[in-house]
Amino acid sequence: MKRALASVCAAALALSMVACGSTTSSSTSESSSAAAGDSSSTSAAAATVSGTVTASGSSALQPLAQKAAEEFNTANPDCSVTVNGGGSGTGLQQVADGTVDIGNSDVDAESKLDADVAATLVDHRVCVVTMAAVVNKDVGITDLTKDQLKDIFTAKITNWSEVGGPDEEIILVTRPSSSGTRALFQEYALDGEEEASNAALETDDSGTLLQNVSQNAGAIGYVALPYIMNNDDVQPVAIDGVEPSLENTYNGSYPVWGYEHMYTNGEGSEAAQAFINYVMSDEFAPEIEALGYGVTSKMTVER
Amino acid sequence: MEQTKPAARDKKSGAPHMVRKEYLGRVIVTICGLFIIVLTLAIGAFLVYKGIGTFTVYHHSVFEFLFSSDWNPSSSGSSGGGTVGAAIFIFGSLITCGLALLIATPFSLAAAIFITQISPKLGSTVIQPTIEIFAGIPSVVYGWVGLTILVPFIRDVFHARMGGYSVLAAAIVLAVMIAPTITTVSADAIRGVPGMYLEASYGLGSTRWQAIYKVMVPSALPGIVTGIVLGLSRAFGEALAVAMVIGKTRAFPSSLLSPTTNLTSAIASDMGNTADGSEHNMALWTMALLLLLISMLFIILIHFISGRKEASEK
Repeated sequence: MKRALASVCAAALALSMVACGSTTSSSTSESSSAAAGDSSSTSAAAATVSGTVTASGSSALQPLAQKAAEEFNTANPDCSVTVNGGGSGTGLQQVADGTVDIGNSDVDAESKLDADVAATLVDHRVCVVTMAAVVNKDVGITDLTKDQLKDIFTAKITNWSEVGGPDEEIILVTRPSSSGTRALFQEYALDGEEEASNAALETDDSGTLLQNVSQNAGAIGYVALPYIMNNDDVQPVAIDGVEPSLENTYNGSYPVWGYEHMYTNGEGSEAAQAFINYVMSDEFAPEIEALGYGVTSKMTVER
Repeated sequence: MEQTKPAARDKKSGAPHMVRKEYLGRVIVTICGLFIIVLTLAIGAFLVYKGIGTFTVYHHSVFEFLFSSDWNPSSSGSSGGGTVGAAIFIFGSLITCGLALLIATPFSLAAAIFITQISPKLGSTVIQPTIEIFAGIPSVVYGWVGLTILVPFIRDVFHARMGGYSVLAAAIVLAVMIAPTITTVSADAIRGVPGMYLEASYGLGSTRWQAIYKVMVPSALPGIVTGIVLGLSRAFGEALAVAMVIGKTRAFPSSLLSPTTNLTSAIASDMGNTADGSEHNMALWTMALLLLLISMLFIILIHFISGRKEASEK
């Protein structure tokens, strides 16, 4: 049974290689979207891909990658995409080692790996993620200037009354120093200033961070936009009057955003390329936005 | 006599078969035994190999790692250039485990005395099995209960600054976790004290309480200490439950109510986000090596204590 399945896979792979051999990266997105629309018909067999794709890394990108994998697997029954977490560092390391086909990362490969290793990887900016500062609802603050935000996270301001809030101590809730979310927030919201780690609660993941912020009066933290899409327990904070939203990210007025990367070792396998093209296709774009991420092609500014 | 006869006949008639079985068993057992030894050594060697990178590859001093609190390792590539002072993590581990022992030991010892001396019947039928169930509860459950009950309790009752995440919360969670270990090992040690000691002490006119604290506990002391060390080593290696309630603030705690961090939480929260071979990653491996060394120290301690006990019995 296993052997039969393997030979079917191999045949399909050979077919798809013939079919996709000449397609460039811009046109595979169309062919895979066509396949997704009509996967049951025989004509689609030429467009579908087969084989296995493994991906690991960033937990911020994981929900999106998983959603894409589900749909991609449905459209391409001969192909199986598996997505694991593990953190950006793990993802980059594993794709560089060849352990996985795709390494998901919140940060550039250069910031985690040696330059010569990073040079062997090919970056795919699959989507944009916006980071938002969030506060406990008791604080009643909805807008902070960038300088106030910096002073709060560097523990220069320790009471909400200093920024127009109630007389309440500020509880900082942060992420580990190796976190991609933290790196992004530090770079664009705090202009590179180091957070006061010695006065902050540290949480391993964004879910826990949200819980901490919502349960502790006076707490402030930061998460990626997807985490607060359907969450009314915390109050997102606007920076200099600009609310954290996809719209404001697209038009460039909200500064705290970054690309989510899928790295392949070299060009990557046929199947891995097809998967990444599917993630970046127009067909998948509404799903990206529904999850709270931004579509890379809609950005009017670039970094 | 009648039972041994058939067995003896079997041995005679099926000798080659038995021999083969005999050898097969021996080979399997030997292989498994050697495998465990090799595995342990391999893990140890791997940790040493990875852990000394901080000192050999990035040229930090052992002194800096152990006693400096300046922690800012570089996580990009193999460039290095950061600082790896892990004193805060080490201190966090020591203080939470020390406090946990202080809290757990009196309770455990009292419980052990109760179930062996004061109410042995209730002890062996109800209390000891209950305590053994406690020992089997996964640590994540303790951590979760701590997070939902203890942390808000400390926040509301003591008005702790950082929302109740504190050294105290971590120590209490650990104490609850290690108490069953200390209790059962101590109870076994007290049960192991020869009955004649107790009788002799009664014969000399001591009360039950005098017999317990002047005779039973001192004679069972090596076993009790073994239980305490076992509990301590479990507390030291515990990551999940502590990480959930300690707050993971990278600062020395200023009081029992302030948060801090420890070795295991640091490893758990940063391992996935650091690339293999980077300074940050190496420093985490060094922490892991330190944990291994500490648990080895505990095991040597136990051997030393039980060795002394045997020597004194002879």
